Amino acid sequence: MDPMAEIKASFFVECSELLESLEEGLLQVQGGDTDPETVNAVFRAVHSIKGGAGAFGLDDLVHFAHRFETVLDEVRSDRLAIDADAVLLFLKSADSLSDLVAAARDETPVDEAKNTVVIAELETLMPGGGDTNETSNDADQELNFAPMTLSLDLPAIGSQVDADIGEVTDEAAATTPVWTIRFTTEKGLNQSGNEPLFLMRALAELGPVTAICDTADLPSLKVLDPSQTNLHWDLTLSADTSQTDIEEVFEFAQGLCTLAITKNTSDQSTPDTADIEALPDLPDLPALPDLPAPSVDDQAPAQPATENTPHEAPKPPAPTPTKAAPVAATVRVDLERIDRLVNLVGELVINQAMLSQSLSAQNLTSNTTISTGLDEFQQLTRDIQDSVMAIRAQPVKPLFQRMSRIVREAAHDTHKKVRLVLEGEATEIDKTVIERLADPLTHMIRNAVDHGLETPEKREQSDKDPEGTIHLRATHRSGRVVIEIQDNGAGINRERVLSIAQSKGLVPTDAVLSDAEIDNLLFMPGFSTATEISNLSGRGVGMDVVKRAIQSLGGRISIQSTPGHGSTFSISLPLTLAVLDGMVIEVSEQTMVVPLSSIVETLTLADAEIQTLDQGTQVVHIRGKFVPLLDLAVEFGYRAPNVIPEDAVVLFISAEDGEPYALVVDTIHEQRQVVIKGLADSYGYVPGVAAATILGDGKIALILDPVDLIARAGSPDTPTALSMAG
Amino acid sequence: MNVLAVDDSRTIRNMVTLALTQAGITSQVAEDGVHGLEVLSQMAPDAIITDINMPRMDGFEFIQEVRKQDAYQGIPILVLTTESAQDMKLRARQAGATGWIVKPFDPAKLVGALRMVTGG
Repeated sequence: MDPMAEIKASFFVECSELLESLEEGLLQVQGGDTDPETVNAVFRAVHSIKGGAGAFGLDDLVHFAHRFETVLDEVRSDRLAIDADAVLLFLKSADSLSDLVAAARDETPVDEAKNTVVIAELETLMPGGGDTNETSNDADQELNFAPMTLSLDLPAIGSQVDADIGEVTDEAAATTPVWTIRFTTEKGLNQSGNEPLFLMRALAELGPVTAICDTADLPSLKVLDPSQTNLHWDLTLSADTSQTDIEEVFEFAQGLCTLAITKNTSDQSTPDTADIEALPDLPDLPALPDLPAPSVDDQAPAQPATENTPHEAPKPPAPTPTKAAPVAATVRVDLERIDRLVNLVGELVINQAMLSQSLSAQNLTSNTTISTGLDEFQQLTRDIQDSVMAIRAQPVKPLFQRMSRIVREAAHDTHKKVRLVLEGEATEIDKTVIERLADPLTHMIRNAVDHGLETPEKREQSDKDPEGTIHLRATHRSGRVVIEIQDNGAGINRERVLSIAQSKGLVPTDAVLSDAEIDNLLFMPGFSTATEISNLSGRGVGMDVVKRAIQSLGGRISIQSTPGHGSTFSISLPLTLAVLDGMVIEVSEQTMVVPLSSIVETLTLADAEIQTLDQGTQVVHIRGKFVPLLDLAVEFGYRAPNVIPEDAVVLFISAEDGEPYALVVDTIHEQRQVVIKGLADSYGYVPGVAAATILGDGKIALILDPVDLIARAGSPDTPTALSMAG
Repeated sequence: MNVLAVDDSRTIRNMVTLALTQAGITSQVAEDGVHGLEVLSQMAPDAIITDINMPRMDGFEFIQEVRKQDAYQGIPILVLTTESAQDMKLRARQAGATGWIVKPFDPAKLVGALRMVTGG
């Protein structure tokens, strides 16, 4: 890849990070954070985007960032006090900046009209209507220090030169003007790291230079102040150059020296000070450490610089050896490489399982060095796998922060006041999961604003804060990541949900449903509560699609809702899509895997009591509670209903609504880590089956999704079953 | 020549490194002033390029800290920043900066300025 293209690509990655910290900072300010460093960080984010964008000539981006930055600069310098509206405007500006970055990255057109409006709004904050400096002007001021004191009278000299040219006989000399420059160093030049010798060398790049040092002002050694050089240099330059070019050479010394530049003809090259020769006992100019080879003569063939100039090192010193390199905090790695590693670790897990299996087949499992070694191997495999997974894991923070914008826009569109509270942003999930979570989460957040929260007026009528709150939180819970979207709105209007479902024929009109069942109607295909299609809903994406997306990630979604107090949607996700801890079970001689995370408890049937209810439904009676029973063999069509073997085992599974279900299997073989091999690419969605795996004996086993099985195959009253029927 | 480049923007660090590498100049980078001082303690650069607006320790403070060290009292320090306001330049000068380059920078000018201030 072209190095610039590579840097550009990494610039856009950096932009995303900067936009995140920009938004984070603004949200902190919005939340009452008054730490000046927060505003500084906000400013720096915009500033860095501008800086990088300028390097790539992304003018739209530079222009906007500059305006935004100018206002933020006023804020951080305490010249501009901001209120809640201003912070909102900053957030809006951050959104526009984000759009501009995306447009620059994807090379798509920008919404100029919108940005112009935002810029205009930003400038109303500025005293006097804002800064009118364009950044492009700034760029022209490159290498620009304070204006220097110049004593020259250019027009007069210029006319003199014109007059002299005709009288010069030497043609070459006539075409090469001679400049005399009186260069007086002042206090502070040395401290600034500027070295007169180097300035003269740089001057010599324009043409041959003669330098004569005037030491007349040099005090005696007793009173000499080393920081003040007290030297004047009379420099003669023969070069067809401009005064500007000469001034540019002394650019960095501006304010630390005085310059008098005059232009003469070549035969007047001897300055007035020519009789004052440089003295050999001059105090040395301050030395720089490890100077590279100076070579005035290479660039200035005609006249050498002053004879006694220090540091005329004949040979270049060896390049400064690089000692211990600074510790790099991060390494950027192609995702592809990590995926390859993840796959290899997966194979390692399978290989280790196969070794265990063949060892146990030969009865070598107890107390042998081989088995001890294998145990260690197993532990190491697991450690490697955890480490590899940690590489793929990313905090949900960027994803969550994207939701702030969704909330802002949705609140604007629905004329609601909404505050988004993010919690547990540091929680890490597999990168792929995060990427595939963006769409469902966006939809759910929009729904929470659109359907969950009431209008400010309604909220006030219910004695609620007119500003609604949505909590978006991530937590680790028993080997899974749970993401909750909680609003403090009106809660699900179950009466309305039921009547809509009935009117659409999704449930029989005489059906009696529990609250949880009614809530779950929201996930049915074709269900939409929006009586009129608002700007946010009616986009053809329903909660059924959300649910499907979550399921395809090995996740589950559930709802808790309290009328008048709001609703909480919980998404439970596996930490990784690559491996899982599973229980290897057998059903009618078929080996299958049930994710360990979904199993609450296991029991042999002897401990449990099976009872058959009226409609032939079987339940397990345990600890005074009746738990619905599901025979896996029956579900998969391996045997007739109600013929459960005596020594069967029951796995208690927690269904989506939190209610336990009993899954009947024939035998439990072992608990083991299995590598997930997706089936979706080849077979699409298979009800009740999450994926497949390769076991230690090389056989393929299905990994079940018991919650999905229960939802689909449970009692005929469940909404999912109804959807299948309807 | 070996140069220490301090900038909180990864993009600018990459661009400076590229410009220097193409000119045959080796460089090391740091993310802010604090990091810059750490890196400086492990190398002996011939010149330093620094940004101004940085977290933890800004460019002004960084330059002052560098100048406090005997070994670096005379080291050329170029300020590389988007700020072109006069008072910013004066502040940089007061802190001990040698010169000033405004972003977006022309790689040739950056290298030229470096060669000039180091005499290389």
